[in-house]
Amino acid sequence: MQLKKYLGPLNKENPILVQVLGVCSALAVTAQMKPAVVMGISVAVVCGFSNLILSLLRNTIPPRIRIIVQLVIVAALVIIVDQFLQAYFYDISKMLSVFVSLIITNCIVMGRIEAFALSHKPIPSFIDGLANGIGYGLVLLIVSFFRELLGAGTLWNCQVIPESFYSNGYLNNGLMVLPPMALIIIGVIIWIQRSAHKELQEE
Amino acid sequence: MSRIEKISGKLTRKFKNNKVLSHFYALFDAIDKFLLTPDSTTLRGSHIRDSVDVKRLMTTVMIALTPSLLFGFWNTGHQHFLSYGTQATFWKCFGFGFLKWLPVVLVTYISGLTVEVFFAQIRKEEVAEGFFVTGMLIPMILPPEIPLWTVAAATIFATLFAKEVFGGTGYNFLNPALVARAFIFFAFPSVISGDSIWIADKADAFTGATPLANVALGDISSLPSVKDMFLGTIPGCLGETSTLAILIGAALLIVTDVASWRIILSVVIGGLAAGFTFNLIGTSPAMSIPPYYHLFMGGFMFGAVFMATDPVTSPHTNIGKIIYGLLIGILTVVIRVCNKGYAEGMMLSILLMNVFTPLIDYLSIQYNINKRAGRQNSAKSNNNPR
Repeated sequence: MQLKKYLGPLNKENPILVQVLGVCSALAVTAQMKPAVVMGISVAVVCGFSNLILSLLRNTIPPRIRIIVQLVIVAALVIIVDQFLQAYFYDISKMLSVFVSLIITNCIVMGRIEAFALSHKPIPSFIDGLANGIGYGLVLLIVSFFRELLGAGTLWNCQVIPESFYSNGYLNNGLMVLPPMALIIIGVIIWIQRSAHKELQEE
Repeated sequence: MSRIEKISGKLTRKFKNNKVLSHFYALFDAIDKFLLTPDSTTLRGSHIRDSVDVKRLMTTVMIALTPSLLFGFWNTGHQHFLSYGTQATFWKCFGFGFLKWLPVVLVTYISGLTVEVFFAQIRKEEVAEGFFVTGMLIPMILPPEIPLWTVAAATIFATLFAKEVFGGTGYNFLNPALVARAFIFFAFPSVISGDSIWIADKADAFTGATPLANVALGDISSLPSVKDMFLGTIPGCLGETSTLAILIGAALLIVTDVASWRIILSVVIGGLAAGFTFNLIGTSPAMSIPPYYHLFMGGFMFGAVFMATDPVTSPHTNIGKIIYGLLIGILTVVIRVCNKGYAEGMMLSILLMNVFTPLIDYLSIQYNINKRAGRQNSAKSNNNPR
């Protein structure tokens, strides 16, 4: 199997950077690294398994009601993930609040089901869903790294900017904690990516 | 003079052709064009022979800023010595303020021009003159005690994200100087809000609250007199305190037709109208201050004269200019009176209206087109009565 074909979402077919899907949650949950990583994993799991299940069912679903079937399956998976987080990672689930439930509305999940799972075999669909979820998580990781480092001076809740900086007048950047800065960071990542890959540049 | 030009020509060829030096061509070109008149002219298109170019416009704005700047030097020192209860001589105050201002302006120019030259080099363009005014404006809308690294961060952010990513001078839709201030305002609120930062090296016992801070607290009995606010002997940002000095600059800008009198006047009218409406409601102390107080407090006049009139980010149509100005004035007073968190509304309302500028222009042009079309139709129907 050509693995390379499925690695597209990590870079040149990245759901956030190239397809510009799922930006809303990427702005909302990236103020700290921990919730961002958990969110990335959750989306990868939901995306992978919803692709797998719908690919298995793809020949039995009548096309006219496929959206409602997709919604039911995705919603069931999201509820499972949500309950799992509430049971084992209560603090992070509190931090993510409504955004885990809102994975249902994440365009990446529905987009991959429509574009890939309904026309491909189960195993490739599963890998595709997973890869897209990881591509999403990767961007979340980069954005949250800069936001947490500059906005709170911490990484993974550990203080990384030494106390001596603060006593010499260094201040945390309050703008980093606000969503607009996440949009600008995503913009900068897109900028860098398109400078590196000329074929992604539009006219 | 011809000898200097010869040397410049020689250096130009050297910078263009040399392998190592060509990386710095944009920087050399900028300095060369700043000092000497460029010998190249536009190749195609119609030419209007006029001495007013971007350089001349920017120089006029710089001259118009001078009264506020000089007054700002003196006032910074004056406020400092006043907080200790002493009176210093004119030159002592002036020198104190100048030394507070100098590092800020140096940091602004160095960090901003670095970004500009860098982008000019990458794009193989010339460095545009736009930053000279921006770099002068930024220190004037910041408190005197601002930490220098925040100024550098804000200037780089503003030049990069408000200007260069959109294509440089002339393509920005937000005023870069205000973006720099907004960056500091949201990123490092502790260095640009509160009572303790508006006077340089303030004595601890002195409150140092600006008139606007008093209004936000509802404490309108301790406002300075109208004369003090008009002359500008109140704490505040370096360039914004003196309405008188700003008006001298405004007169120059209007006479030379560099700034639009429509914008300045409509901002003032909008502010007065909103202030008057709040007087009629008058349920809180902030609502009941006389409308003209708003013009003298904080950065109202500075914003109206030097920020709102930025030719790039303000509308080009005459109706548009009036709508834009009125809305800035109204929004400023609404933010000042209604929002306790933001004592000053000028920066936010100008930035907001900058965003709406293309829409305002579009609508006023459409309005004109429709009106003329209607006139033409009615003329037609009058000519051929059936």
